[in-house]
Amino acid sequence: MITFVSPTLDYSLLAPILIVLGGALIGVLIEAFAPRGARASSQLFITLATLALSLAALIRSRNGASTTAAMESVTFDGAGVLLQGSILIIAIISVFLLADQENFTALAAALPGSDEERTSLQQDLKVTEVYPLTLFAVAGMLLFPVATDLVTLFVALEMLSLPLYLLAGLSRRRRLMSQESALKYFLLGAFSSAFFLMGIAYLYGYSASVSFSGIHAAVIGGTGNDIYLLLGIAFLSVGLLFKVGAVPFHAWSPDVYQGAPTAVTAFMAAATKVAAFGAMLRIFYVSFAEVYWQWRPALIAIALITMVFGSLVAIAQRDVKRMLAYSSIAHAGFLLSGVIALNKSGLDASIFYLFAYGVATVGAFAIVTLVRDSAGEVTDLNRWSGLGKRSPWVATAFAGFLLAFAGIPLTSGFIGKFSIFSAAYESGSTAILITGVLSSAIAAFFYIRVIVLMFFKDPVEDGTSVVIPSVYTQITIAISAVVTFALGIYPTPLINLIQSTAQFLR
Amino acid sequence: MNLNNMNLLTLSMLLPLLGTLALAFVPKTNVLLTKQIALVTTVLVAVVGIAMMISFDFNAVGFQFVESREWIPSFGIKYALGVDGIALVLILMSVVLTPIVVIASWNESEGGRWSPKVFYSLLLVLETMMIGVFASTDVFLFYVFFEAMLVPVYFLIGGFGSGDRAAAAVKFLLYSLFGGLLMLASIVGIFVMSTRYGNRTFDITTLSGLNTVLTPMMENFLFLGFFIAFAIKAPLWPLHTWLPDAAKSATPGTSVLLLGVLDKVGTFGMIRYCLTLFPNASKTFTPMIITLAVISILYGAFLAIGAKDIKRLIAYTSISHFGFITMGIFAMTSQGMSGATLYMFNHGFSTAALFLVAGFMISRRKSSTISDFGGLQRITPIMAWSFFIAGMSSLALPGLSSFVSEFLVLVGTFTRYPVAAVIATFGIILAALYILIPVQRALHGPTTPGNENLTDLTLREKIAITPVIALIVILGFYPSPLLNIINPAAATVISQQGFSDPAPTMSEGK
Repeated sequence: MITFVSPTLDYSLLAPILIVLGGALIGVLIEAFAPRGARASSQLFITLATLALSLAALIRSRNGASTTAAMESVTFDGAGVLLQGSILIIAIISVFLLADQENFTALAAALPGSDEERTSLQQDLKVTEVYPLTLFAVAGMLLFPVATDLVTLFVALEMLSLPLYLLAGLSRRRRLMSQESALKYFLLGAFSSAFFLMGIAYLYGYSASVSFSGIHAAVIGGTGNDIYLLLGIAFLSVGLLFKVGAVPFHAWSPDVYQGAPTAVTAFMAAATKVAAFGAMLRIFYVSFAEVYWQWRPALIAIALITMVFGSLVAIAQRDVKRMLAYSSIAHAGFLLSGVIALNKSGLDASIFYLFAYGVATVGAFAIVTLVRDSAGEVTDLNRWSGLGKRSPWVATAFAGFLLAFAGIPLTSGFIGKFSIFSAAYESGSTAILITGVLSSAIAAFFYIRVIVLMFFKDPVEDGTSVVIPSVYTQITIAISAVVTFALGIYPTPLINLIQSTAQFLR
Repeated sequence: MNLNNMNLLTLSMLLPLLGTLALAFVPKTNVLLTKQIALVTTVLVAVVGIAMMISFDFNAVGFQFVESREWIPSFGIKYALGVDGIALVLILMSVVLTPIVVIASWNESEGGRWSPKVFYSLLLVLETMMIGVFASTDVFLFYVFFEAMLVPVYFLIGGFGSGDRAAAAVKFLLYSLFGGLLMLASIVGIFVMSTRYGNRTFDITTLSGLNTVLTPMMENFLFLGFFIAFAIKAPLWPLHTWLPDAAKSATPGTSVLLLGVLDKVGTFGMIRYCLTLFPNASKTFTPMIITLAVISILYGAFLAIGAKDIKRLIAYTSISHFGFITMGIFAMTSQGMSGATLYMFNHGFSTAALFLVAGFMISRRKSSTISDFGGLQRITPIMAWSFFIAGMSSLALPGLSSFVSEFLVLVGTFTRYPVAAVIATFGIILAALYILIPVQRALHGPTTPGNENLTDLTLREKIAITPVIALIVILGFYPSPLLNIINPAAATVISQQGFSDPAPTMSEGK
């Protein structure tokens, strides 16, 4: 007979996640009870306070020894804390973008083009539910890279995905496109979740365990049926690769990046990558490291294709958000080299890269929100021409982020690229190094093309202009730019922190 | 006075940055103050550079003015500076050329897409990086400067040039980035190898022992990563196509720095990095490189003969000259090496003279086509004479500085590769053609319509061109101060390769 053991939870360790969940619930209550007028400001305050509190709780628990909590279904180790910290910091700077409500529809439930929509616009309604939705997603992201059993991992995956599906459909303009992208994201996401679950089933069949350590033990013991292990790794990888947007599971990302409100895109592009790569690093480093010869060739192939495909297709893009989407696909390929490296420097480099890339991504999308005409954001690249003439500072900041993506020295992107490629090469993968370098050269082409457009072409007179950034957006851009260049000029403190703490507890 | 421990290198890199900072506070409308700040700053840097030359110990082996601080210790990366004779000469060239460019660009900076403030800020940032790239003794630091300096040059070409400047700037940047990324692969390779066989370091002196543990295959690949990047920078045929476009579209001042200094980073890198780090691979590839160099000498010369545009002409002559420099370097003799280094210095000044005078001519005639000029000798004698002397220096007339270096390169090459040296000698004959034809067309003969009212050089222009021409003449008769600095360093590089000069050695005509 099965005896029920009442679970012991280690609340102090779980505090960062619980605080975020609590904040999200308060947000829901505000939605229900607070008067309309008070919602926007109080939600912003609650969200920021929640994230800051959570970060404080995380920093407080940082010095504790690596340990497991909640019946070994989550693990708090150096790498987990660093990943959670990155997610929280990225969330904080992207929340400022959410505050700029110009991006969002007035009433999500109103059909596009309906009278209801017009009324809601006239009444100047605001969708303040974006704040609790974001917090729920953040909670899922915080759980994702520290989960150490497959069931918790799956719960975290759904927890971070569902709010994002909703958020993607909330765009104020081009609502049909936004809703289409949300539906596409949801359907494909559900599909990949099914693969993910299937993988869990196979791995359970292989090892009779859902915990990472149990699977690891089975892998070492070599008792199970290897076919199940392989199928399990393959299906699980499909789910994870979908989340990071690696080829051939990338099809959703350009559409969703383009359709979603830009503030959401910023948050999703940056934070989801950290969470998903965090989980991926953990499961491959902890559970599957000993059978690397089984999965590494496939993952190398995917990384190579992802780098080359992302860089090549980005060249053909005429829309700035789609271009950034394909660029993020290419970066997913670079990041996969960190998983493939399977050594300490690979882990360190990945964490550095994720943080640096995430911050620069938020900054870049923050600037996209600023370029508008009377009908909303202008994402057509041709209409960005001459931006450097009209708003030199905005164009300069955007150029800075693009140079960071391209990996030019004195930006964070360069240190990230150098460290992740050297980690991959250290592990013996020359192909990754050569292909990575060559696709970086291809990628440089389209980043530079945007710089040419902004600085060396004359402005088109079609009413495109840069709005004066709100204080919130200014904060986001300033923080992102400072971090991007500081990490390029003097990355030593962060690298030392990562090197001394990043470790997976097995 | 011992200047050696005053961190002069850092000081010379810091000064332009402070100048940039000062520029940030100058109102956009106060153009004169902007230019004055830029001029004062660059002159100060030049003074620091000359102070370094004076206190440089000619006889010491190894790097001088050494500085070293931890930068990213966990990757073994240091902020490490130091110069040997070769680097010092190139730094001198850079810091002397920059104020001259500031004076010569006095008016050009106003015709650009942005204000002169942006022009001079970019120029000053570029000066910092130019010094840094020659002074780095840490391979990673070198790479950082090598790549980062592309950004100011890119904006200088694209923002202040003429014609299809944006396209030229992009072509320049993409070529350079491609080479730079190949080099990044090699840097990663060095990093991993140095970790595997010893301690993590990017220190050039320590790494020069790395080749003993590398497999030949690995060494060849790492060598190629560096060499291709440098062969794009100091354009060797067939990687040269970006240069004429960039030189044509940039302002003459930018072109001076582009061809005079930036491209030297390529040939300097071949000496400092290719030869020092990968001596065996250098030997393996020498026949191929000498061949490419000879092709460049002749190909550049032929294109120059056919050039219709005066700026393109100068760019093509430079391709020919870079062929000479590369040949001298890979001849692996001390004369070749000394000659190549001196050649780099002299080429900097003779190209500067050509570009500056060409700039003066173009700004008056509003055309850069050679056939639009004619009879300048009568109308604007000083300008014509300046162009003539610069041209003579470019074709290495005895008595002018480039003769010494070209002679040394040919002698140094002849002792080891007589065939290549003999073929390259034809380059000298072609040089006479490509210089004398435009001289004849533009300076002599009847005054052609449109040139009657050209004015001669202004005082500012004379101030800019005089030191350049003076240096060309003085160093032609008396090159030994520079050779004294260069020779020990060149001999060290050669002996590190395990080469000795083939007997009989030639005297260097000191």
